[in-house]
Amino acid sequence: MNSERKAHLLAALKKNCRYDGRKPFDYREITVEYGISRSAEGSARVKIGETEVIAGIKLETATPYPDRPNEGNLMVNAELLPMSNPEFEPGPPGDQATELARVVDRSIRESKSIDVKKLCISPGENAWGVMIDVCSINDAGNLFDAAALAALAALKDAKFPGLTKEGKANYEERTKNKLPLKREPLEVTVLKVGDQFFVDPLSDEEKVVEARLTVGVTEKDTVCALQKGGQSPLTLKDVDEMIKIAQKAAQKLRKAL
Amino acid sequence: MTYTKRFDGRKFDETRPMIAKVGIIPRADGSAMFQAGDTIAYAAVYGPRDLHPKFMQNPSTGILRVHYNMMPFSGHGDRVRPGGGRRSKEICMVMQNALTPVLDLKDYPNAVVDVFIEFPQTDAGTRCAGLNAASMALADAGLTMKDLVCAIAAGRVEDKVVIDLNYLEDSHEDGCDIPMAILPSTGEVTLLQMDGEISAEMLSDALKLANNTAKQIYDVQKVALKEKFTQVKK
Repeated sequence: MNSERKAHLLAALKKNCRYDGRKPFDYREITVEYGISRSAEGSARVKIGETEVIAGIKLETATPYPDRPNEGNLMVNAELLPMSNPEFEPGPPGDQATELARVVDRSIRESKSIDVKKLCISPGENAWGVMIDVCSINDAGNLFDAAALAALAALKDAKFPGLTKEGKANYEERTKNKLPLKREPLEVTVLKVGDQFFVDPLSDEEKVVEARLTVGVTEKDTVCALQKGGQSPLTLKDVDEMIKIAQKAAQKLRKAL
Repeated sequence: MTYTKRFDGRKFDETRPMIAKVGIIPRADGSAMFQAGDTIAYAAVYGPRDLHPKFMQNPSTGILRVHYNMMPFSGHGDRVRPGGGRRSKEICMVMQNALTPVLDLKDYPNAVVDVFIEFPQTDAGTRCAGLNAASMALADAGLTMKDLVCAIAAGRVEDKVVIDLNYLEDSHEDGCDIPMAILPSTGEVTLLQMDGEISAEMLSDALKLANNTAKQIYDVQKVALKEKFTQVKK
């Protein structure tokens, strides 16, 4: 079954088209909706075609790590909800969810997107922690790009809660202060099948892909994270080309914000 | 003490604004969302499908499995750790019991129908909103049902019987909360829980109030279900 699908996809890509009529480097329609959960300090819903994810941010105070007394903490978690795909099962995060969370984490952390020094309330004693949770609602392919976009949109939406005298978050109060964002990283996953490249895969396309490269791209076009997936090797020439494709696609993706 | 005006200004027998939508998750066999005030529930149905582990299979009928989960950012206050605890385990069980009586899964021996219920934001009344969404999602999945399930909480705040408590009322120290699931065509009750303290007379009034309100929820659900099938495809 998959080998026929693959032959079909490959033949189509050679003619510069896809299952759903798109060209290889076209995204499906992208929408971003901000502030979709009042319980969260920041939230966003991202739809790429039928794929839908929502990201929510909770801000909590905690003691900074001893080796970084002047910095707040960042955590990214991904929940591949069994609601979003019949193949996902309830229970603790599996390989796929862990990889997704870590790749999104890396692009935000390593681009130094959040000014973690500004999260410090009292050095060595108290600092804000930024907890980002990304939940898949409907998986119709390309959760990576959707998750990174949703995480960034939620970060842009977030506002600090109040602070009690004891230095705890006061969730009854919502200030106007936004998170100290220095960079705005996105992710573009470039897929390879045969000698062809494309972006924004459907679920059926993901199943036949030989290799993928997820590229974190900042608004300055620098690369802030990489993750190769799939079992086929990539040549250096492939990598160069895939990064160029990602940079170009990221500019289009960014317009949805 | 007397409760003269509700915290959010509603009448004592007035529900929060309700919104329902069917078919929100294309990958699922059936799906729906139900919003009551600031509580939002999504439900997705998968199945009937193979049931694993095998020892859970029932050769005489298919079974229903309900999964209730709050998204980590959906709680009042701190982040809710994913994974669920005793509370969600109990809620899954009572919701399963609330929905099973309307289903007929005899044609699907050894199979399972999974219902996944998720909350992006909450303001009390999650099990009721979840049940309302789930029963629409089951209907959307095309399963044989003898009724929908309509769920609503009645309760007491100080000296008044009220319907559809929000978080402020639910957490009020002088009161009680009675979530119920009702089959609208017969008035039968498939979920009934209570916490807090109440006199037998007031309890009886509260149960009647919930029963009368079920009809309103039923109407919202029916409109949402019909809407999906009258939508013109682009």
